[in-house]
Amino acid sequence: ILAHGLAADEAKQVALLDIDICGPSIPKMMGLEGEQVHQSGSGWSPVYVEENLGVMSVGFLLSSPDDAVIWRGPKKNGLIKQFLRDVDWGEIDYLIVDTPPGTSDEHLSIVQYLSAAHIDGAVIITTPQEISLQDVRKEINFCHKVKLPIIGVVENMSGFICPKCKNESQIFPPTTGGAEKMCQNLNVSLLGKVPLDPQIGKNCDKGQSFLSEAPESPATSSYRNIIQRIQEYCDQRHFQEDNTI
Amino acid sequence: LSERSNLAGVQHILLVLSGKGGVGKSTISTQLALALRHSGKKVGILDVDLCGPSIPRMFQVQDSDVHQCNSGWVPVFVGQDKNISLMSIAFLLEKPDDAVVWRGPKKNALIKQFVADVAWGDLDFLIVDTPPGTSDEHISTVEALRPYKPLGAILVTTPQAVSVGDVRRELTFCKKTGLKVLGIVENMSGFVCPHCSECTNIFSKGGGEELAKHAGVPFLGCVPLDPQLSQSLEEGKDFIQEFPKSAAFPALAHIAQQVLDETWQQSS
Repeated sequence: ILAHGLAADEAKQVALLDIDICGPSIPKMMGLEGEQVHQSGSGWSPVYVEENLGVMSVGFLLSSPDDAVIWRGPKKNGLIKQFLRDVDWGEIDYLIVDTPPGTSDEHLSIVQYLSAAHIDGAVIITTPQEISLQDVRKEINFCHKVKLPIIGVVENMSGFICPKCKNESQIFPPTTGGAEKMCQNLNVSLLGKVPLDPQIGKNCDKGQSFLSEAPESPATSSYRNIIQRIQEYCDQRHFQEDNTI
Repeated sequence: LSERSNLAGVQHILLVLSGKGGVGKSTISTQLALALRHSGKKVGILDVDLCGPSIPRMFQVQDSDVHQCNSGWVPVFVGQDKNISLMSIAFLLEKPDDAVVWRGPKKNALIKQFVADVAWGDLDFLIVDTPPGTSDEHISTVEALRPYKPLGAILVTTPQAVSVGDVRRELTFCKKTGLKVLGIVENMSGFVCPHCSECTNIFSKGGGEELAKHAGVPFLGCVPLDPQLSQSLEEGKDFIQEFPKSAAFPALAHIAQQVLDETWQQSS
């Protein structure tokens, strides 16, 4: 959704890199299931959703949806290196890297390999309950440990409004104050809260852009606000960098 | 003298797997343990999710420490009758927010220890809760457990195609490693509004059941979204005991029954 949102500006070139090697979901969500990667003299070509939105994932290297990638850490790291070195992205304005859950090989490797490129920061996703926040605090600590700036936290699946009676239910209850309290305690920005909307899952399953298919949904306005805040953060950082000798 | 293995007293070992994160593996692991306990069984849970260990918190024992005895680590016992015991990396962390930033080899070493060095004693069931994926933790756990002939694996998915897509790969993992698939659970399958009883399929419906049919494995049932279940997990409450009339109860009890049926089938 972030990729679609940023690519809505046709003047921007957006790249989406999926480093979830065991569970590559991005091809399906972008409507690119079954696509294959082509090699050229300049390297691997990303698969394009739009002219200004290119995608790379291990999903494109597998021949069947049943193929499992049963690899230990070192082999996963090797592929991530290849994705960064051998994919011919061209000139891009935004590189979004989707990661698996955890704080392990993939996360260490991507931070290490991109260190020379100055990562703008990380967007951390949680749901409202403590059982999720508990792991997200670890992820925040990971970012501090590897000196990865944190753009902010997104609280996903934040409440559900029944389409019939319009009452709200907290399916994943924020028993310890949700992402809001955690962000306050850890001095991290809360970028926004996204409510549950059955349309999101449907569109992802069909590889459609939720923002285009459901422009009136409250979830869409949440997403758009979050995307705007991320853009503002990145613009500010570049301004600071350009003006620092 | 040959040392009695720490798993010698464990009757049945089962793994809870998923290709996808956030689908409810730990939830299903804990509820299955509680349901089996209510059937009079002694159950252990081994939490091999080293980066995101959720099990202790679900029983409100996240601040417990583990001790060593002659045969290894003593698990943490929960509940009044102490018929559920747990082992998790969460008990070994100095601070609960400490991140475990380990590459594969270090994770593998701890998993080997967890499988061999926990003094479980006599258990009817050992449930092994895993992180999402098909990588170090999974390969090491299956290798370490192989001599003890696990009963099999339960695979958890949400109904959506994106989740099912990853769980298909997990099925391949089971096939390749010779792990029997006890069945698929379709979790977060529908939500009944507590105010007006309208059912909304927030994460779609039917994907797990279809996958089971397509792959020729048993379908263990649909577990609906249930705020009382989420709340119980947050508060470390025994959902099976306290909310038998709640939406998710029948499905969870049915899953436990199918596990018990499988053990009777395998022994006869």
